[in-house]
Amino acid sequence: MVLLDLFWTFLLIGFVSFGGGYAMIPVIELEVSQHGWMTTQEFTDVIAVAGMSPGPIATNSAIFVGYQTAGLSGAIVSALGMVIPSLLIILIIATFFFKFNELHIVKSAFYGLRPIITGLIIYAALNFAITNNVIGEISWHTFSLLVIFLLSFFALMKLRMHPIFVIALAGVYGIVLY
Amino acid sequence: MSLKTNWRYLLQIFLSFFKIGPVTFGGGYAMIPMIEREVVQKRKWVKTKEVSEIFAIAESVPGAIAINSATFIGYRLAGVKGAIIAMTGVLLPTFLIVVALSILFLFIKDNPFVESAFVGIRAAIVALIAFAAYKIGLTAIYDKTTLVITILTAAILYFLHIHPVLIIVGGIGLGIAVVNVKKLLGYATRLDRNDK
Repeated sequence: MVLLDLFWTFLLIGFVSFGGGYAMIPVIELEVSQHGWMTTQEFTDVIAVAGMSPGPIATNSAIFVGYQTAGLSGAIVSALGMVIPSLLIILIIATFFFKFNELHIVKSAFYGLRPIITGLIIYAALNFAITNNVIGEISWHTFSLLVIFLLSFFALMKLRMHPIFVIALAGVYGIVLY
Repeated sequence: MSLKTNWRYLLQIFLSFFKIGPVTFGGGYAMIPMIEREVVQKRKWVKTKEVSEIFAIAESVPGAIAINSATFIGYRLAGVKGAIIAMTGVLLPTFLIVVALSILFLFIKDNPFVESAFVGIRAAIVALIAFAAYKIGLTAIYDKTTLVITILTAAILYFLHIHPVLIIVGGIGLGIAVVNVKKLLGYATRLDRNDK
């Protein structure tokens, strides 16, 4: 049953979503394409809409995927799946060991986790670049997309532009160019 | 505390977090200053020192930092009920907005203007993700081991298609193992970038 599938999928993702939403993009993408809920390219648009909406990107993506797959009840079970692990873990930590993040074993775990999360996000960027032709055969289309990528990256890093404006500007370029 | 005031208190927690959600675009980190202003300065529920500790833990456990912080503060204020109420408060507005946008998107996605806009937007999304990698890389990569782990992770995912969940779970074990093996060999490991 698709609702149960959505719930379990996002529950599993919820338990491992260390280090913020962008790290969860490849995990959600893999689950979504393996279940046949949507293609990688369609999922890129989910990230776009999730990034334009207020709130955490991973939870927003889960809600969007849930809605597209099974309507309102799909959105509700996906959101619940994503947040129930956080609730349980925080209740446990708040009740038993408040100084959790100062434990040596936790710090050691993060020594390994942080670079893995970085690698995960790099992979997500690479995977999205390939499926959306930002990297690919040499053509004007690929070149123009690469230019949008580079300009967006520059705007985010050097001009410290808000992601919403970067997405909106890229949309305007898209309408003008394609 | 009487039952009546208890409900009023829970409602106040709910509304405080409900207000924060819809105005913070661009992910959880944008919510941190808003949460701080609401619960420290305005409501005086938590002290500045406590709230930074709460953010540190919210960052270390799985889940979105804004939702985790809200849940944690809710628990400190009113136990399990408070945690659930605060989490619902912070999640509900964004839930409704995302559902509304999903409906809108399904209607307009076949419009030619929207289609060409999204061709450009997809390239910008790649930049957004790459920038997220750069930002987390700044705190994650600071010695040879962490650099090697980062490169290996991206390569393993790209070539071997191992499930990312396994890689994340493996990362916890790997971190603990590496630190201990290095210690046995007589090397000290800096556990985060700012350690002396």
